[in-house]
Amino acid sequence: MTRLLVRRARLVDPSQELDEIGDLLLEDGIVKAIGAAAAVDVDVDVLDADGLVATPGFIDMHVHLREPGFEYKETIATGSRAAVAGGFTAVAAMANTDPPNDSAAVTEFILGKAAQADKARVYPIGTITKGMKGEQLSEMGEMVEAGVVAVSDDGLPVRNVNVMRRAMEYATVFDVPVIEHCETPELHPKGVMNEGYWSTALGLLGIPRASEIISVDRNVVLAELTGARFHVAHLSTSGALRRVREAKARGLAVTCEVTPHHLILTDESLKSYDTHAKMKPPLVTEEDRAALLEGLADGTVDAIATDHAPHHADEKREDFDRAPFGIVGLETAVSLCLDRLVKPGVISLSRMVELLSWGPARVLGVAGGTLKVGSPADVTLLDPTRHVRVDPESFHSRSKNTPFAGWELEGGPVTTIVGGRVAWTLE
Amino acid sequence: MTLRSKDLLGIETLSPKEIELFLTTAASFKEVGARTIKKVPTLRGRTIINLFYEASTRTRVSFEIAAKRLSADAINVSVSGSSVSKGETLVDTVRNLQAMAPDVIVMRHHASGAPHIVAREVEAAVVNAGDGMHEHPTQALLDAFTILEAKQKLSGLKVVIVGDLLHSRVFRSNLRLLTKMGSQVVVSGPPTLIPPHIQELGAEVAPTMDQALVDADVVMMLRVQKERMTGAFFPSVREYFRLYALTPARLERAKPDVILMHPGPLNRGLEIDSAVADGPYSLILEQVTNGVAVRMAVLYLLAGGHGETT
Repeated sequence: MTRLLVRRARLVDPSQELDEIGDLLLEDGIVKAIGAAAAVDVDVDVLDADGLVATPGFIDMHVHLREPGFEYKETIATGSRAAVAGGFTAVAAMANTDPPNDSAAVTEFILGKAAQADKARVYPIGTITKGMKGEQLSEMGEMVEAGVVAVSDDGLPVRNVNVMRRAMEYATVFDVPVIEHCETPELHPKGVMNEGYWSTALGLLGIPRASEIISVDRNVVLAELTGARFHVAHLSTSGALRRVREAKARGLAVTCEVTPHHLILTDESLKSYDTHAKMKPPLVTEEDRAALLEGLADGTVDAIATDHAPHHADEKREDFDRAPFGIVGLETAVSLCLDRLVKPGVISLSRMVELLSWGPARVLGVAGGTLKVGSPADVTLLDPTRHVRVDPESFHSRSKNTPFAGWELEGGPVTTIVGGRVAWTLE
Repeated sequence: MTLRSKDLLGIETLSPKEIELFLTTAASFKEVGARTIKKVPTLRGRTIINLFYEASTRTRVSFEIAAKRLSADAINVSVSGSSVSKGETLVDTVRNLQAMAPDVIVMRHHASGAPHIVAREVEAAVVNAGDGMHEHPTQALLDAFTILEAKQKLSGLKVVIVGDLLHSRVFRSNLRLLTKMGSQVVVSGPPTLIPPHIQELGAEVAPTMDQALVDADVVMMLRVQKERMTGAFFPSVREYFRLYALTPARLERAKPDVILMHPGPLNRGLEIDSAVADGPYSLILEQVTNGVAVRMAVLYLLAGGHGETT
């Protein structure tokens, strides 16, 4: 029997509207007791958390672990180490590997590697279509049985509207969310950044914001037609957010996530042609950023997810047109949220915790995201005063492609507990 | 006065004083091209590499002649026949070139910002000879030089730029230079080829080409870049010519002493009528002549030439 007592922590658990100083007893992988009244016992490891915040383990519902196929960028082992070092006890792994996760065999491979790594929990996401080709539906039934928690062709949108309609209908049987990378590629055959002042000034081909909005619109309509659970990945524009807000008001099962980088940066970050600011969807304008912050506060946004997208340094050192889209996020997200969202009062600490735990747990329908008695003993400990300097060389991730290198931030994770065991602690 | 940067990556970061320095230096070099022996010893022993990732005749030859007239050693590297086609990255290529200690790397690349990436990697001065849709600073300098020769000023002139503004680095560099020097820049073209927010960069968008041309001091026609067309930008060459080509009749709306410019190569019968291109207002070939003098000035100032310019 393994027992761990987290003592004198500030317990912040929005799933039970809890914010108080107290103890947390973890036993045999589940939460045994929470609150003021945990008894001290000789037969227990004690973790003194005085001055720290204990929250339900953070869940990053949008991560690219790159294995199988792109192990030079990231592996399940390095990615799950990066996750716990960033305060995440669980990640959902996107399916655009090589081969893509479009069969139970690949799902089982991912789960096997995750068990070997023995760090963060890994929830595989299966593809919507075979080979991510947008034509034939994947065998969702078999994949769900093997452990897939959602379906997505992330990295690519499902372009054929009829295929998407059928995919949504079909997914309702398994009650898994259909996660869509909302983009309309026909609008911008070679676009590399947001279309606006900066694309004109820099002479780079633009991606209009309409690209995301048109796709969100289409998929909301299909969600209404089919009754499916539709989740917008990495939502970035004010127009798309407004459509999600309206869909929710009409009672549709529509949810969305936003990334820390879209909450903090704008397309002005590209002005020195820094390929670390090249991602999809592209960084947009201050107006969009303000709308996303409002969406966090008013409840429209369900989750903060990193879209952790590792790329090799050589790939990012290419010219701007050739460099791939995407940045890593697992090891910067929590500090960025504490420093840029909670500290200036955009959202409360409790709301931040909700967006990183209970929110994504509900979207994915997985256990966790809560410290209620009987829940998995996944806990993140934060030090809200810890000084963090973002140093990509110290990342556990195999890739270092971040636009936040050198940033000085206040607050960060110090210990990550998965299944009642300490998976990572700050040295 | 000296330049603040080791490189010439664009007009954007130049001050009006720096622009004037390039232009006055070019004036002193222009006379060299009219001599029987067109050579001065100014950059003797200096190495200049022309690194061209994109096809070019005019600009490459112009830089090469400029280097040779300054007695520098000029080496041309083009995409075909180099390690570029073997899959070497841009940064690796320029680091290898840097290892041979050139003084200046003149660079053209199909990706916007490529010279900016290179400039951070090498000690040599980097001259942007055109990067994607971003900037072509020596073209804007030679255009300004040509206007100055004809009008003796830039400030207060109405300069009309017509055509494919979206894909044009010539437009972006000229817009930046002319607005810095006090010209009024009015543009026209199919709405599909006008990039967003150009008003914030200082351009006035005229509703029609005919309206744009009224009382123009300078008309610059841009080449329709057919090779960059990936979408439905305009219905046909025929319709483009009808609405946006410069014809003798259209040019009558401009001032009587208007001058006509085009960065080349010309698409005759698409954006310009031959009667205008070869007509009395045209300075198109004068631009090419001035290009050599301007590039001599750029190489001289960036390679840190010593002694007399001529």
